[in-house]
Amino acid sequence: MANGGDVAVSTEALQAHYRMMQTIRRFEEEAARAYAQGKIGGFLHLYIGQEAIAVGAAAALRPDDYVFQTYRDHGTALALGMPADAAMAELFGKDTGCSRGMGGSMHLFDVERNFYGGWGIVGGHVALAAGAAFKARYQREDRVTVCFFGEGATNIGGFHEAMSLAGLWKLPIVFVCENNQYAMGTPMERTTAIRDLTLKAQGYGMQGDRFEGSDVTRVYEHLCAAVDRARGGEGPTFIEIETYRFRGHSMSDPAKYRSQEEVDEHKKRDPVAITRAQLIDAGVSEDALDDVDAEVDELIDAAIAHADEAPPAKQQVMLDSVYVTTYPEAG
Amino acid sequence: MREIRYREALNEAIAEEMERDERVFLIGEEVGHYQGAYKVSAGLLERFGDRRVIDTPIAEAGFAGVGIGAAMTGLRPVVEFMTWNFSLVAFDQIVNNAAKARLMSGGAISVPIVFRAPNGAAKQVAAQHSHAVEALYAHIPGLYVVAPSTPRDAKGLLKTAIRSDDPIIFLEGELLYNLKGEVPDADADELIPLGEARVGREGADCTLVAWGPSYHRALSASAKLSEQGIECEVIDLRSLRPLDSATVIESVRKTNRCVIVHDTWPYGGPGAELVDRIQRDAFDYLDAPIGRVTGHDVPMPYASELEAQVLPTDERIVKAVRRAAYQE
Repeated sequence: MANGGDVAVSTEALQAHYRMMQTIRRFEEEAARAYAQGKIGGFLHLYIGQEAIAVGAAAALRPDDYVFQTYRDHGTALALGMPADAAMAELFGKDTGCSRGMGGSMHLFDVERNFYGGWGIVGGHVALAAGAAFKARYQREDRVTVCFFGEGATNIGGFHEAMSLAGLWKLPIVFVCENNQYAMGTPMERTTAIRDLTLKAQGYGMQGDRFEGSDVTRVYEHLCAAVDRARGGEGPTFIEIETYRFRGHSMSDPAKYRSQEEVDEHKKRDPVAITRAQLIDAGVSEDALDDVDAEVDELIDAAIAHADEAPPAKQQVMLDSVYVTTYPEAG
Repeated sequence: MREIRYREALNEAIAEEMERDERVFLIGEEVGHYQGAYKVSAGLLERFGDRRVIDTPIAEAGFAGVGIGAAMTGLRPVVEFMTWNFSLVAFDQIVNNAAKARLMSGGAISVPIVFRAPNGAAKQVAAQHSHAVEALYAHIPGLYVVAPSTPRDAKGLLKTAIRSDDPIIFLEGELLYNLKGEVPDADADELIPLGEARVGREGADCTLVAWGPSYHRALSASAKLSEQGIECEVIDLRSLRPLDSATVIESVRKTNRCVIVHDTWPYGGPGAELVDRIQRDAFDYLDAPIGRVTGHDVPMPYASELEAQVLPTDERIVKAVRRAAYQE
């Protein structure tokens, strides 16, 4: 998976990207169905339309690099290698979920794969990611941190303070703004005075990079460059990736603030379809890709079945997860 | 045993733990070159260097979050807030991230971090700089709250806090920093456990429960009460979470009376929590309603006469104990 510098993408790698993007797409579609059936509660924020970002970014990282994400976190978790079973079981609130049913959709964690969540307060996790980058440098480790957030986060104080510190200390971190155009239901022109968010990078003393994110290879190449800079001690990069979520902010959002025409226009840049077309151009057969789709369908069906049958979340795990050390009078 | 100041005791605790464990570092505003806003970190930059004693810009949410992220991934930060008032702009980091990471990850993540600063009123620094925050943080499962009142407790509890695997809210006192007291020698490596109250004065007539600066008021009030023939047992809770209610209950079963003294506001505070536990576990032993002497329910005024009225005084404590003894 690791690369770092050599950005040539083979057809084989692109096929792997396609498989993962399709896995995320199908995971999200089946999660939406399970939500409608009442099997998933709370909030459910789907990643459909943004798959190329998680997959391209994950491919640019080494297994020991740290990743932080917001509550729209399923795609990133899967791209980093979290088994679909563990992710789906978490959405179902089951004991076999990646967070033992304690976190749910917004709080996926996979510390073994250095995926550190899964955070629900907009902008609140950006400083945490800077802290992981701080730790890597403190311990003189050759590890980079990538922090994802939406464009809505760029207006809140937590974002600003974390960016200030990361820039000041030249931490080995890459900030990736997944600009899906809407902070919940409010379009960017009504929340932000500038269109090009990377203008902010200069103020934090860091490099900026901005591009459209429906092509997984493009995401991969740009991330490789930023990750290399971070690894090489050249400090953070603030990347703004233009993207679009095809569904509402969460399952309770019918997305009436945007027109069907607008959504349809963006769907022409469906990252899964784009990758598929690229593979066909590269000589991969439709049949071979249909086989991949069928395998992905099986994987997701199995994840749903697993989540359905998994034991419920356990009270003892809840009680044991408040503190590492408990005291008789602690509560 | 030698006598040192509360501030020096804290300094020794940090230095000893940094010496012992390379993962421990100090971060905050003015902790390095300035030697600490209250000189708690004096000499640490020179001794440990700027890799481990880190000055920050005025960005509490930022450096608190950096500390939490570093703790989640394996370091053991000591985060200084200059004063607890300024923690309020980092409240989200402490409450939503430090206190929640472990549960939300199903126990996969721990956050071994200490947040420390002086708590409560100083002298005439008015409403925004006089917060006693224990009620805010003791309310939150996932945090432990410690409030030492003596140099010995300050050192022993801070060392324990730094070695703890859970997030600790460590409440010092601006008016305690100069307090002198006996502290074991450095090589004693004394660790005082969380959740163990200390009986600072024994007495049979009324239990006085306090912590932090109020503990010293409770002691001086009990001296006055002794002259009037009322002997108070004074308990310093030392930790508010975990809360050693057993020691309090045991004392109340002996004295049959209890008055709780704290600087912070009465509404929903640790005093109210204690009242609930005492009435549940010592109901049949109580000879009088439990009294509370607290900071008045107002934002802190600037004028010194008013500030003195707002904080608990010996006179108010004496009156509350006499009322509990039906002598008022």
